Amino acid sequence: MSKTVMEHADASEVFNRDEPYVNWHDETLWFVRQKRDKSSKQLPEWEQLRDAASGIKHYVLSHLDELLISFEQKAKENGVQVHWAANAAEHNEIVLGLLKKHKIDKMVKSKSMLTEECHMNEFLQKNGIEVIDTDLGERIVQLRNEPPSHIVLPAIHLKKKDIGDLFHEHLGTDAGATDPQYLTEAARQHLRDKFLTRRAALTGVNFAVAETGGFVVSTNEGNADMGAHLADIHIACMGFEKIIPKQEHLGVFLRLLARSATGQPITTYSSHFKKPREGQEMHIVIVDNGRSTQLGRKDFRNSLKCIRCGACMNTCPVYRRSGGHSYHNAVAGPIGSILAPNLDMTKNADLPFASTLCGSCSNVCPVKIDIHDQLYKWRQVLAKEGHVPKSKEIGIRAMSTMLAAPRFYQWSGRMGRTVMRAMPFMVNNALNPWYKQRDMPEPPKESFRDWYVRNRKN
Amino acid sequence: MSSRDKILGQIRQNKPEEVALPAVTTFASDFENTEDKFREMLSAIYTEVIVVKNLEELAAKAEELYTGIANRATTIPALSGWADFSLNVSDPHELETVEIAIVQAEFGVAENGAVWVSDQYLPHRVLPFITQNLAFVIPRNALVNNMHEAYMRLQDTLGWGCFIAGPSKTADIEQSLVIGAHGARSMVIFLLENE
Ligand code: SF4
Repeated sequence: MSKTVMEHADASEVFNRDEPYVNWHDETLWFVRQKRDKSSKQLPEWEQLRDAASGIKHYVLSHLDELLISFEQKAKENGVQVHWAANAAEHNEIVLGLLKKHKIDKMVKSKSMLTEECHMNEFLQKNGIEVIDTDLGERIVQLRNEPPSHIVLPAIHLKKKDIGDLFHEHLGTDAGATDPQYLTEAARQHLRDKFLTRRAALTGVNFAVAETGGFVVSTNEGNADMGAHLADIHIACMGFEKIIPKQEHLGVFLRLLARSATGQPITTYSSHFKKPREGQEMHIVIVDNGRSTQLGRKDFRNSLKCIRCGACMNTCPVYRRSGGHSYHNAVAGPIGSILAPNLDMTKNADLPFASTLCGSCSNVCPVKIDIHDQLYKWRQVLAKEGHVPKSKEIGIRAMSTMLAAPRFYQWSGRMGRTVMRAMPFMVNNALNPWYKQRDMPEPPKESFRDWYVRNRKN
Repeated sequence: MSSRDKILGQIRQNKPEEVALPAVTTFASDFENTEDKFREMLSAIYTEVIVVKNLEELAAKAEELYTGIANRATTIPALSGWADFSLNVSDPHELETVEIAIVQAEFGVAENGAVWVSDQYLPHRVLPFITQNLAFVIPRNALVNNMHEAYMRLQDTLGWGCFIAGPSKTADIEQSLVIGAHGARSMVIFLLENE
């Protein structure tokens, strides 16, 4: 991760150089989005479920402190040790401390975007701890030394051939092999050996239940369970917004999560942890890392409702054609672009602009986060605070001047159409950022307004 | 100040005005036939459903299905003659060589084909994951329509429990579905007619 960070627009330009590849990326994600549509249409109560989920999460935001305290108390009663981390550094230190206490220097991990956010792997590695990611997609990107490009589908940006080459190098598979069955089998053997020999396992948390002190981890591969049930010590790390009030609310969220993520009615494994097994230690690390600040931002607090299904990414035309890495943030795509500026406005000022504001993300979001509105609002905040690059600022200012003056808008539209017809080269050039990757449309002969005015008269 | 108090303090300061929980958070699914729906969902996730009249028939079916497979494990006393693998291990790692496990589970969910299994009938939590092949036995009348009904049954959970829907799978290589990632490579559900 020592590479210098490129802005989203520049990074996507690089991504866009290979057109067939970009088309493939686009179509693959759109396919996942379609599976989500099909699956959601099978439930007549889908919209009510979304309302319920959003409502429960709103209750959660307004009762967070009480819910967390109740969760902590119950978890302790269940024999689980609870830790609190104000930021990423504290989180990483807590995990390291637990491993050191047990003299453990090797750990298996199942998918956790929170540990990505905290850059935990690098930190532990520097401190002599080997961390093996056990979700197949995560293991693939780990072997490639890069972060996941999607929160649900970490290796969605790679082709079979890339993975075949990677496994040939690291796992000794046949050169040139690309059969997913064969490659998965090789990973299964390789990782089984890790599961059987590691004494510590770390997992994420999908939902934590205040009422019972238990938590749920969802996977398709079963890697969270393989790790946790074999290890002497299980560490579960959660952002504090993962809390829900009652066990029965899991009914709402588990129905929405997998359907929104991949179109499955439920993930293969939804594991409910409450008490450590005999002889095992179980720890929960509750992490803030900027979340309490976001909670205080009225316009952006709804982003804390996110259940990390990835639906907003799969549907986003910008994400699909720019790839997760162009967002230079653990969580990419529309929701990542809302969360990132909260962590660092200077570093992430470009991300809220990586959107067409078409609203597709908000339409698919299972917890009804007003994603595109928030992206729009971030733009204003960032501009006001002086974090917006000059080129964009001029555009925004020109746009608001024009939109604020209808006469000027009409005139400039007419001028624009004339210019585009008479001198297309003035628009279709590299100075117009909108022209990149697309041809400008043929301008209509008259505007809708002119047409309307003319026809109303008849 | 501890991080705990700092975090809770900041939350208190920043949280929005109180809102109430939504009144409705459970919904009914009225499938024409709950068992048919359950079967339909399971066949979509590569799982065979077999109805057996009683425990003798279960033992016979198990024998037929898994002939030649050594290292069998079970949590069902009536199958103790069939399984030659003892679950009397103290270290779960010793289950590494299990080829087939037939496990008692509590109930199934029609809308998604998931089966609930928990500490109640499971001496080793890792068993359903570490075994190469997995079969569950559930009473035929223990099916619920959807997840809301499931949680009505599970007011609280024991130390650990899991909804398992089909064999382990992944689609991380170019979205091609592969069965058998880390967990079981195959799954069968036995519906037991009378206890
Ligand atoms: S913002 Fe909504 S759609 Fe996007 S990942 Fe979160 S829950 Fe899913």
